Amino acid sequence: MYRYDSYDQSIVDARVEEFRDQVQRRLAGQLTEDQFKPLRLMNGLYLQLHAYMLRVAIPYGTLSAKQMRKLGEIARKYDKGYGHFTTRTNLQYNWIKLADAPDILAELATVEMHAIQTSGNCIRNISSDQYAGVAADEVTDPRPWAELLRQWSTFHPEFTYLPRKFKIAVIAAEEDRAAMRLHDIGLKLISRDGQIGAEVYAGGGMGRTPMVAPLINEFVTEDEIVPYLEACLRVYNRYGRRDNKYKARIKILVHELGVEEYKRQVEEEFAHMRTLGLNPPREELARIRPFFANPAYEQGLSEDIDRSDPAFALWVDRQVAAHKQPGYAIVNISLKPRGGIPGDASAEQIELVADLAERYSLDELRVTHAQNLVLPHVKKADLYVIWQKLDEAGLAEANLDLIGDIIACPGLDYCSLANARSIPLAQKLSERFADAGRQKELGELKVKISGCINACGHHHAGHIGVLGVDRKGVENFQLSLGGSGAQDAAVGQITGPGFSEDGVVDAIEKVTDLYLAERQEGERFLDTYRRLGMKPFKEAIYG
Amino acid sequence: MKILTGNDLGTGDVIWWAGDGWSRQVGESVDVGDRGDEMARAEEAALRVVAPYVIDATVTDEGVRPAHIKDRIRALGPTVRPDLTLKPNDADAGNWVI
Repeated sequence: MYRYDSYDQSIVDARVEEFRDQVQRRLAGQLTEDQFKPLRLMNGLYLQLHAYMLRVAIPYGTLSAKQMRKLGEIARKYDKGYGHFTTRTNLQYNWIKLADAPDILAELATVEMHAIQTSGNCIRNISSDQYAGVAADEVTDPRPWAELLRQWSTFHPEFTYLPRKFKIAVIAAEEDRAAMRLHDIGLKLISRDGQIGAEVYAGGGMGRTPMVAPLINEFVTEDEIVPYLEACLRVYNRYGRRDNKYKARIKILVHELGVEEYKRQVEEEFAHMRTLGLNPPREELARIRPFFANPAYEQGLSEDIDRSDPAFALWVDRQVAAHKQPGYAIVNISLKPRGGIPGDASAEQIELVADLAERYSLDELRVTHAQNLVLPHVKKADLYVIWQKLDEAGLAEANLDLIGDIIACPGLDYCSLANARSIPLAQKLSERFADAGRQKELGELKVKISGCINACGHHHAGHIGVLGVDRKGVENFQLSLGGSGAQDAAVGQITGPGFSEDGVVDAIEKVTDLYLAERQEGERFLDTYRRLGMKPFKEAIYG
Repeated sequence: MKILTGNDLGTGDVIWWAGDGWSRQVGESVDVGDRGDEMARAEEAALRVVAPYVIDATVTDEGVRPAHIKDRIRALGPTVRPDLTLKPNDADAGNWVI
């Protein structure tokens, strides 16, 4: 894992003290809310329905045990004993007092964490593949690049006031586990003739105008990735729609200009950039890389897993993924218990996972955009004891990528932007499809729920997506089918008129019933939907 | 009726104008008539509230009821965590917001 150097630490510490002064001035009446709001947002502090909310950055979803333990400690000390893992692999505290915020940031800084780039129209926390560095199908570990981009983007003077927020994802595997093409810019690291470079995708995103990012460059060499992104951002910063918040994302610019014209302008800017010698020094990437070198794996470990406990075997089949290193496995920890709140974890659960990471996963863990956790380096021989400890803590649900593994934003229970509650719907669906055999029978089926058009719950990318809307003060839910955030990225299509909360649960059951009746050998729900199209599903839902 | 709400500047708690000060209980809200915006500005300037705004509400058998579900959820707390609402011992308290 990356460790701060003195420069990283000093800018984070300085930011904490700067914010401490700003909070004191606000509480003393020396700053109005209009003056203070942009300052607190730059430090991840929002005002939500019930209290201030602090969004803590977890760069590219990677954490050490010590960092995770600190998150649990803060939940207990400053919040109400829990936190919420988000679809940008961050953690949100829902009940923060304004006066405590600087102290919390100071505590985070002691473990090399912060809340920078979690709000505002800047380049947000960089996201990546939760299996980075351990996946068998990646060409290189994408995290050195994610870290380089973190350093490049943090407090970038030119890109601190972009037309709108800007999200970047970096992956390096064929399987897209990070919804890369639904980002403002997506990088897919590839190897060409033995040289590492990146496919660059620009203009993707969800929100009120969902778009899958088109490919704008088939291969940018590793030396030129940062200046190429700089050129992409410059064109966006120059021509992005600052006059209209709803048209200000890069996807609108790319769409309105056309891919070829946007690309031409980027290439023109890039040619200019090349003359300026602004490439980050190779030495910096060389300095970063060793932080992500393979940990000290043990050799000659057994591949055997004792599957004599049927509940454990079920969990292994669902939650454990192949690791590139013989004798090791990747453990996915579900934060989607039956009837639970997707992404929520108590302080005790957070601390337990920290302990497990320290003892059994070479001191490392990951957060996924699907609001789950990962222990990336687990010896197969330790799987059973880990499962037992997770089970005792209510964290041993075996539903990865099944219908119970629902993504849901905080919705109207917490969020001031929301129009409808997402979590109660997720809970009802979770209960309706609770039977493990039924979930397994349905197979991979990604349900994603957003409480408003901003799409924090990724509903556009759901095989089954649900959008909560406000219909004259009453919650209503629109259903969509056929979305995907994976390598077959697609935006789901709305089925038709919306439903009540109970109505949409029934409608989803009709959709799954039709799928089971019509699927062909080996088809996932998404495959069947794509083969049949919307019509039969619509008929099943609306009669 | 028109009632005035916002969040406590320091704690972020949801608060309601109760006539002689702010209350955590929506049931203690009073009708501010057409003086809401003026009062909001004064209370915000006095650092007693942040992001104040005026909403419609009605008086029912159960007390003051904000017109919009968002404000009913603000008044109660998150419906998915009854233990953290203002009625922690009532598992069905969330039904009030619907």
